[in-house]
Amino acid sequence: MNNSDLAPVLIRAVEEADSSDRLVDAVQELAAAGIEESVPTLIAALGYNNPGAAVAAVDGLIAIGEAAVSPLLELIDDYNYGARAWALRALAGIGDVRALDTLLEAAKTDFSLSVRRAAARGLGTLRWHQLPPEKVESVQTQVLEALLLISQDPEWVVRYAAVTSLETLAIAIPAAVNNAATLPDQASRITNQLQQMLDTDADLGVRTRVKFAQEKIQQQQHQEVFPPKRKLQETEVEVPHRGGGRR
Amino acid sequence: MNSSPQKFEDLSATGDNTDGGSLTVEQAIANLESADLGLRFYAAWWLGRFRIGKPAAVTKLIAALEDEADRTPEGGYPLRRNAGRALGKLGDRQAVLPLIACLDCSDFYVREAAAQSLEMLGDPVCIPALIKLLVVGLQGEQLVSHQPDLSQPYEAILEALGTLKATEVIPLVKPFLEHPIELVQYAAARAMYQLTQEPAYGERLVKALAGERLQLRRAVLADLGAIGYLPAADAIAQTLAENSLKLISLKGLLEHQVNHITPSTLSEGAIKVINLMDSLL
Repeated sequence: MNNSDLAPVLIRAVEEADSSDRLVDAVQELAAAGIEESVPTLIAALGYNNPGAAVAAVDGLIAIGEAAVSPLLELIDDYNYGARAWALRALAGIGDVRALDTLLEAAKTDFSLSVRRAAARGLGTLRWHQLPPEKVESVQTQVLEALLLISQDPEWVVRYAAVTSLETLAIAIPAAVNNAATLPDQASRITNQLQQMLDTDADLGVRTRVKFAQEKIQQQQHQEVFPPKRKLQETEVEVPHRGGGRR
Repeated sequence: MNSSPQKFEDLSATGDNTDGGSLTVEQAIANLESADLGLRFYAAWWLGRFRIGKPAAVTKLIAALEDEADRTPEGGYPLRRNAGRALGKLGDRQAVLPLIACLDCSDFYVREAAAQSLEMLGDPVCIPALIKLLVVGLQGEQLVSHQPDLSQPYEAILEALGTLKATEVIPLVKPFLEHPIELVQYAAARAMYQLTQEPAYGERLVKALAGERLQLRRAVLADLGAIGYLPAADAIAQTLAENSLKLISLKGLLEHQVNHITPSTLSEGAIKVINLMDSLL
């Protein structure tokens, strides 16, 4: 069977699943096939209130990548904030810059902490090289402003997610742009914010994550001073691994 | 951690900011003495939710532990329950003795709230009173014969005794590992781990993560986070439950790691947990 024959079969299996476990299995199979026609079905699976199916669907959508971005962005307006959080996780995993405005908006204003958390994470996983070079700096400034704001979110987990993104942004800045005029400023704003959080954040888990971020940024700066033999390729910009929550 | 709705208030997957904007601190404290029982009940919850540890709040909440005005048809004391829960969150030791007195209250939920809050306040002076309540469920070294015995909030009592490191109660906790209610079994396993540090009890909880019922898996996530059992990290990340709850559980593991090392370096275990947490955001 080739893909065009396989898709309807796998999609039907998801639609006809009559138990929680069967649904998880069917979504996992559909996700593993990585077929573009399955995007609507995978997106629907984000709203079934079944964490196993949603995790599998997120993985599948990330694997499909750019073709899933537009439908996901349309879903964000959905009334179902559970599905919205999963959709944002998928967008964060894909890292497509078309999601920028949605991520900024959700990170700053969404009432649901799981949505803000996923959006905060997504701001750190954008693929900067998709932007025209002259735009990178202004967008990074925008993202940095948003991250500094949500580093003060009342929920520890949103601040934690913001720290992970401050870390990736600090590491992306030297790699992505060659405009030295404002970069030291951006980098030092991140450094200062992290240090301030280490000194004052009420949550031990967040402070621990800050320390880890500082170590990673320092390691990277060390490499800048003693550059490796190879030139850093765009493709090597680290995209965080999305853990598959499977039994 | 039990699974009553109140316990989930800070960790439900939807645990979104309840907007307390409509109430000021002064208003909430004043509302504790309002003629409107609904306002009093809400104010007691609100002061706990937003951790308003002002002396005036603590004093009035302690007074509310003896409230007689707010009664349910069954004879329960709603305001006392909320005041008891709030006092645990405010961390003021003045509440310890009044909460110990609540362990004798006729209302099960007031006793439960008192045990949970005494656990949070962490003062070992309450241990004898908790033991007195625990042995209600025992005949010698065995559970009482009429089961399931739901007469006392055993889950909250066991968890408190574990957290308070009351090692003298190990023989009394053990029988509860066989309790017919799973949540009580988990509370006993959690306490036994805290009291003995034996991995077998942690593993028992890990095994429960693969259970059929989401409600129980959620409770086990909270238990593992509370005891900081590092070998559970991967199982926590992979269990079928909301990411919010997995993240809270893993944070418990992480903080446990950090508490046990010099502040200058992150242990291998801490880094492992951080990477798992990052993958769940």
